[in-house]
Amino acid sequence: MGSTATAKIVALPMVDKQADPVPAAVETKASAAQVSATGPAATQMPIPEPEHIPTVSLTRVFVNLWGYVTRERIITASLACISIGALFLFWYLGTKYRLEFYIRFKNVPTPYEVYQQLTQVGLSNKYLVNIAISVRRILLGFMIATAIGVPLGLVIGKYQRVRDFFMPVVEIMRPIPAIAWVPMSIMLWPNNEASIVFITFIGAFFPILLNTIHGVHSLDGVLVRAARCLGASEIRLFLNVILPGSLPHIFTGLAVGMGVAWVSLIAAEMISGQFGVGYFTWEAYSLVDYPAIVLGMITIGVLGLACSGIIRMVGILLMPWLAFAPGGRR
Amino acid sequence: MTMAMTEAETHKGFIDVREMGVTFGANDNKVVAVDNVSLNVQPGEFVSLIGPSGCGKSTLLSIVAGFVKPTRGEALLDGKAITKPGSDRGVVFQQYSLFPWLSVRKNVEFGLKMAGVEQSKRNTTARALLDLAGLLSFENHYPDQLSGGMKQRIGIVRALATSPQVLLMDEPFGALDTQTRVVMQEILTNIWQQFRISVLFITHDIEESIFLSDRIYVMTARPGRIKAEIKVPLPRPRTAEMTDTPEFMNLVQELKGLIREESLAAMAPEIRDRGLSGFGMKVGPKGVGEIF
Repeated sequence: MGSTATAKIVALPMVDKQADPVPAAVETKASAAQVSATGPAATQMPIPEPEHIPTVSLTRVFVNLWGYVTRERIITASLACISIGALFLFWYLGTKYRLEFYIRFKNVPTPYEVYQQLTQVGLSNKYLVNIAISVRRILLGFMIATAIGVPLGLVIGKYQRVRDFFMPVVEIMRPIPAIAWVPMSIMLWPNNEASIVFITFIGAFFPILLNTIHGVHSLDGVLVRAARCLGASEIRLFLNVILPGSLPHIFTGLAVGMGVAWVSLIAAEMISGQFGVGYFTWEAYSLVDYPAIVLGMITIGVLGLACSGIIRMVGILLMPWLAFAPGGRR
Repeated sequence: MTMAMTEAETHKGFIDVREMGVTFGANDNKVVAVDNVSLNVQPGEFVSLIGPSGCGKSTLLSIVAGFVKPTRGEALLDGKAITKPGSDRGVVFQQYSLFPWLSVRKNVEFGLKMAGVEQSKRNTTARALLDLAGLLSFENHYPDQLSGGMKQRIGIVRALATSPQVLLMDEPFGALDTQTRVVMQEILTNIWQQFRISVLFITHDIEESIFLSDRIYVMTARPGRIKAEIKVPLPRPRTAEMTDTPEFMNLVQELKGLIREESLAAMAPEIRDRGLSGFGMKVGPKGVGEIF
């Protein structure tokens, strides 16, 4: 799917180039027809025709392709717009009529108030710095979790003894949610920043680790044997077979880990934080600044979406073969 | 063998399996997979190992490849004991074993890369081998884009890329349909004709073993022993027409007789004891449940 999509994107600009000859070709044909109708001199004209006719049909192919692409895309995009639009409409109507039916819209800010908040606050240093700090914490925690989780997962997956040693600890630690680590983390780490990064790390670490282990286990044993027969040393086996073979599962782990990392980060920022989007949101609640609460929430949603989108894109770029794998057309 | 000796370089690749025994499990669960097997593959010789399923022929190949250690006896390559897998023995597996994340050419280059051969040289060798397999135009495809027959051809040339002394093939065409199989056998015999390295070929297909081999070992049902050793006197290079000759037919008949006994024996002992004619007819003292 990924590769076909890019192929279509590449094809699009060509449509523009090819689009021009259509009227030109039609014109020459039409003028040729007119000339032939007006006089016998037209018999000299047919020479350009064979050159133009294939151009017309080729253009039609591109036009058809373009039509297909846009039709698919228009459907996808319009469905996305409708679902997001419905959410906004519900919000708008709820706040406009101040609905009260168990859920209370009494204090909920209207979309316009939130928009105003964005235009006022959105360009302020405070808001942008909060975003930058949250992103930095996420990146730090997530990267440390990846740097430890992936290699450890590969080794645990490969060696029975390493698995025997590490898995009991992993199984005990795993059910503890990252939020439950907040008090301990504040005690453990010398400053606030380190403790928040640690909580983010905890959130991302276990999904990454467990999916990596699963990736190694689901690797077809015959590939490992084939690599050994071809003279792969132990390190080469890890780098050239076990790692690429586990990559699809590792990326599943990264995507899940990124989601949990955001959940953990926001919770940590709300409880113990200074700065950050979670802190921004909680502070807005304390200051009874209702539009800022919603702005904070939307910001978190957009940042989380962007992060998982980046991971998915990197995954598609790193694993082009998956487009051909059985059942791999995502 | 003398034929191989005249081929100058190919005087290495002598496989010698001596009084090999393999037992899995312990105590009550003990299963004797291979029992006292001795066989050899002379340098440049194509030898098949044929037998009913479960007779331990794949286990034997795993030992020569270095994946499994024998319980008794030893396997030698050019006089040296085999202890672990290595690039001196190319292996072609029954399952498709190409790396799905590497292009076809990178798959063929894999062994050379592991050996530290530089990129340009790897590229040249891989392209030459792919040309030989008739798949040069697919060099930049991924394995998942190819058919089963194509994958196995690449599997064969990938195993040959590191210039191994022997090629071990574990029912390489077992997963292919009959038509593809026949073509693959011809391709393999042509490739072998060019390389003339020692081949140990595992199969349960009688025609296949005769068409390809210089010599055939027939194994018994579990526990696997060598039941017979048959020379194939057909001339080389082999062609598809040879399969219609009386010589070929006679060999097929001879082997069929040997294999049938063992295939019956490989079925559950219950069936063997009652005889096939009594299957489903005679009911033991404890009823049908005992049979199944």
